[in-house]
Amino acid sequence: MSTPSQTVGPFLSIGLPWADGPTVVPEGTPGAIRIVGTVFDGAGQPVPDALIETWQADPDGHFDHPDDPSGPLRKEFRAFGRCPTDDDGNYWILTLLPGAIPGQAPHIDVSVFARGLLHRVVTRIYFADDPSDPVLSSVDPGRRRTLIAQPADDGYRFDIRLQGDNETVFFDV
Amino acid sequence: MYLRDAPGTHPPLDSPGYKSTKLRHPLQRPVLLPQKLTEITGPLLGEGRLGANDNDLTAQHAGEPQGQRIIVHGRLLDGNGRPVPNSLVEIWQANAGGRYNHVRDRWPSPVDPNFDGVGRTLTDAEGRYTFTTIKPGAYPWQNHDNAWRPAHIHFSVFGRSFTQRLVTQMYFPDDPLFDQDPIFNSVPDPKARARMISSFDWSRTVPNWALAYSFDIVLRGRDATPFEQEVDDE
Ligand SMILES: [Fe+2]
Repeated sequence: MSTPSQTVGPFLSIGLPWADGPTVVPEGTPGAIRIVGTVFDGAGQPVPDALIETWQADPDGHFDHPDDPSGPLRKEFRAFGRCPTDDDGNYWILTLLPGAIPGQAPHIDVSVFARGLLHRVVTRIYFADDPSDPVLSSVDPGRRRTLIAQPADDGYRFDIRLQGDNETVFFDV
Repeated sequence: MYLRDAPGTHPPLDSPGYKSTKLRHPLQRPVLLPQKLTEITGPLLGEGRLGANDNDLTAQHAGEPQGQRIIVHGRLLDGNGRPVPNSLVEIWQANAGGRYNHVRDRWPSPVDPNFDGVGRTLTDAEGRYTFTTIKPGAYPWQNHDNAWRPAHIHFSVFGRSFTQRLVTQMYFPDDPLFDQDPIFNSVPDPKARARMISSFDWSRTVPNWALAYSFDIVLRGRDATPFEQEVDDE
C-alpha cells in the first residue's frame, strides 16, 4: 500500500537542489555534453519552479546498480543528474552520452517535478529517431520528435512542454 | 518488475481544486513504458550527500530555532514490507510560524534566522530514519479564498529504482485544515490519504526535550522476476 505522491510545491529549491546536481560528470571531463532545455506550461510560459532529474547508463551501456549485472563502472560518473529550473524555466545537465543497452537505443530517463504537478511526470531523452527502439516505435509518429534532443552548441537541447501544442510525450512507468 | 499502485493511490495530475494544475497537467494520455534496465535501476545515493547536522534541523545554526521541538522518525519500506536500507531521505519545511526560508515566500510571518528547514539522512540497515526538527506551522496561500495549507513536511525518497522515486508530504494528526486543502484531498482514496498522516509517538518522545511523530513511507513493491532472487540474496 504505497504512500501517495504530493507536489514539491513552490519552495522545492530550498530542499532539493545540490550544488553539484547538474554535473553528472565533473566539468572538463573528456566527451562531456551539456543538455539544456526549458520547461513550458500549457500557456507557453516557462516554469520557474520545476526540478529535472535524469538517470542513465554510462557510455558502455552499464548502470551503476546491483540489478545491472554487466558492470564494471566508471569512476566520476554519477549517472544521476538533478537541476532546478531558473527564473526563465531553464535547466542543464553535464553528462556523457549514454551507450545503447540490449534492445534499446541510447536514452536518458527523466523525471519532472514542479509546483502544480501532484505526481512527477516521466519522459525520455533520445539522441536520434531510431525506429528499431521499442519504446520510440510505440509512440505516435507525430509526437515522437518531442523525445529527440536537438543538437546545440556544446551538446543538445531538450525542451519539455507539460501541456498543449507539441506536448512532450510522457510515460506511465 | 515493480507493481503498479492501486487506483486512487496517487492524485490525478488534473486536479481542478488545486489551481496550479490547470496549465501544468499533460492533456495526452501517458504512453506505457515497459520496465527495462533503466527503470529497474536507479541512483543509490550514499554518505557523500550528507553534511554535519543534516538530520538535526535544530542544530544547523549557532542559536536554536523557535518552536516545538519534535523527533520525526519512521521506516522506508517497499510494497512487499521489506525495508529499504541505506537510502537517501530528504526533507524541507516551513518554520514554526509557517514561513519558508525562500525568497519567494513573502507572507507576513518572520523568517527564523536559526532555521533553514532543510534536512537529509540515510536509512539504516532496517530502513529506519530519524530527524530532529521543529513542528512546522500552517501557512496561507492564494489557491482559494482564505486558503491555508495544513502543517506538513516535504519528503523526497529514492528507493532502489527509478520506478520507486517518490516525493510526498507528511502531515500531522487531526489537523483541522485538512478539509479545505485541495492538495491533501487530491489523493482520491481516503485510506491512501491517511497514509500521509504521521502518528503521534509517545514512545519516542524525549522527556524535557522533544515530542515525537512516526511516519513510514511505502514504495512500490516487486513481483517475482529473475531479479527478485538477487535482492533476496543480499
Ligand atoms: Fe509546503
